[in-house]
Amino acid sequence: MATITEVQEVSQNDYAKYGLTRELLREMLRKMLVIRKFEEKVEELFLVKGLLIGPSHLYLGQEGIATGAMMALQPNDLTVTTYRGHGHALAKDVPSNLCMAELFGKSTGNCKGLGGSMHVAIYPKTGSIYATAIVGSGIPITAGVGLGLKQKKSKQIAATFFGDGACNTGAFHEGVNLIALWKLPVLLFCENNQYGMSTNVKMAVSSPSIAERARSYGMETTVVNGNDVIAVYAATKSAAEKARRDSIPTFLECLTYKMKGHGVYDKGEYRPQEEVAKWLERDPILTFKKRLLDQKIMTTTEVEQVDAATQQEIEDSVKFAMQGSPLPFGEIGNYVYAK
Amino acid sequence: MKELTYADALREALREEMIRDPNVILLGEEIGVFNGVYKVTRGLLDEFGPERVRDTPISEAAIAGAAVGLALAGMRPVAEIMYMDFLPICMDQLSTQAAKMHFMSGGQLQVPMVLRTQYSLGRQHGSQHSQFTPAWFLQAPGLKVVLPADPSDAKGLLKSSIRDPNPVLFVESGLLYRTKGPVPEEEYVTPLGKAAVKKKGDDVTIVGISRMVNESLAAAKKLEDKGVSAEVIDVRTIQPLDLETIVESVKRTSRLVIASDDVKRGGVGAEISASITESAFDYLDAPITRVACPDMPIPFSPPLEQQYMPNAESVIQAVQTLLGK
Repeated sequence: MATITEVQEVSQNDYAKYGLTRELLREMLRKMLVIRKFEEKVEELFLVKGLLIGPSHLYLGQEGIATGAMMALQPNDLTVTTYRGHGHALAKDVPSNLCMAELFGKSTGNCKGLGGSMHVAIYPKTGSIYATAIVGSGIPITAGVGLGLKQKKSKQIAATFFGDGACNTGAFHEGVNLIALWKLPVLLFCENNQYGMSTNVKMAVSSPSIAERARSYGMETTVVNGNDVIAVYAATKSAAEKARRDSIPTFLECLTYKMKGHGVYDKGEYRPQEEVAKWLERDPILTFKKRLLDQKIMTTTEVEQVDAATQQEIEDSVKFAMQGSPLPFGEIGNYVYAK
Repeated sequence: MKELTYADALREALREEMIRDPNVILLGEEIGVFNGVYKVTRGLLDEFGPERVRDTPISEAAIAGAAVGLALAGMRPVAEIMYMDFLPICMDQLSTQAAKMHFMSGGQLQVPMVLRTQYSLGRQHGSQHSQFTPAWFLQAPGLKVVLPADPSDAKGLLKSSIRDPNPVLFVESGLLYRTKGPVPEEEYVTPLGKAAVKKKGDDVTIVGISRMVNESLAAAKKLEDKGVSAEVIDVRTIQPLDLETIVESVKRTSRLVIASDDVKRGGVGAEISASITESAFDYLDAPITRVACPDMPIPFSPPLEQQYMPNAESVIQAVQTLLGK
């Protein structure tokens, strides 16, 4: 019988157990800040400067999940993510300048400007193999990736990220069933940010919880505070070990909150103000910074330095993106079929 | 040459490619223990084991999705969707995921997968187990669509499809599984995107798709007795479409009939007709004629189904009308 485990906060005494060195913790903060600064810049480029257009789904408030998860995975593990994928891409080491150029639709982007915001997390060089714009569709694909890895007796595992909204699609049920049935080396990260577009999860999910739904497929299930990067890291670490060693899949429901609306143009006004205020207090970056300072892992000056360096990286990424040009239209036909 | 059925030829292709490349694996409903609903995969489970011949639950979206993922992970999956009528259930994975991956990743991704399916028009399977809907997939650039009409092509085209770096929809004809034909003894592949002139002729060009190639050949034989020399072309693949071979033929015959088992409105014939009008209008002496199914769902009642389906006789009638004979 599969169980649902709730992951508790990891105390400082246990950091060593999870390999959470000072360097690793600093890197966590740096990655989360890269995502935060990237998304804030994207919002500014859309809403203030009018330099970016199209749909863009920000990862603000969810930085702890991609960062904790990707850092606990091996660099060559394969990830399948979604249209809310800027954070996944950056956490999986897709260079920020390539991501920004992709959002600008330039040939210097990682998808040569043919993918755009919703597919920016496609960069197989770092194992970020796919990002889909169709809700739920990545789950069966990840089943296939996991099956391929298992069949090849690879040491790599697969991980997929999706939102609470995906849990009501047929693809979710078919995919989760296959992953559990065939015991595939797959981690499923459900980023429950409480809303599928504007629809609250309570209005959309019939079962007592999403975790309960996953468990009913015989899947080991973990519920974790998605705003606690260390908790996500620890949960991923132990789930990844089970997947790698014994090909046991795990479903991780990461509880979190979209700081902004569904897409960059959505102000999220359908959400109660007190709810927003409550979650903003639990901002994954503010709480993590406080922890690093309280536990004397970093000094205020060091935090400020990381802040400035990541800000600079993002400013540079915009310069890089703006220098590029789109592919000539006459060339894009070359990308329809592989030769 | 040896004589093989269409189903046996398909099995030979699967088997040879599985021996040739350990990354080729099969997945689908009933393909292993049950040997396939139409026995195309007979014996392969015994020979290659359950890891390479994988029975799946009834989950078409997941079968197609898993094939996409397997391809991304470096495998060469051949997935089976039991009836063409089930393709809409996995249409997202085929048309929106697999077909677009190479393009929207800027060439970073390749999706070498084959989705085999079959249509059972003419087998009394009713409205929901008989449909032939290849034209839907013409709206998915990035996908290849292959439709073999005889055992030799069934084998050669399937081998090419498995080796192709792109997603391929491979549509078999259920009515043809038990038909026999010559198949080369030696190793061969049939390239995708090259039509075959099955019979030479001067008065009219008949382009056949899948089963209707055979009906068109039968029609051409009877027309010969009536003094009409018909050329018959098997398109073999509709994406890519070998327009050049059809245009070359139409330049000589000046008349074109297109025969296929789909509903006429918006079907494959409509696309070929429009393409020929655009590129060879000056050579045509008569309107292009389509022979296809009427714009209705498929009736179950066997005599009604027979009247609903096109056949050699309907091709002959179309040709005679075109020639004013």
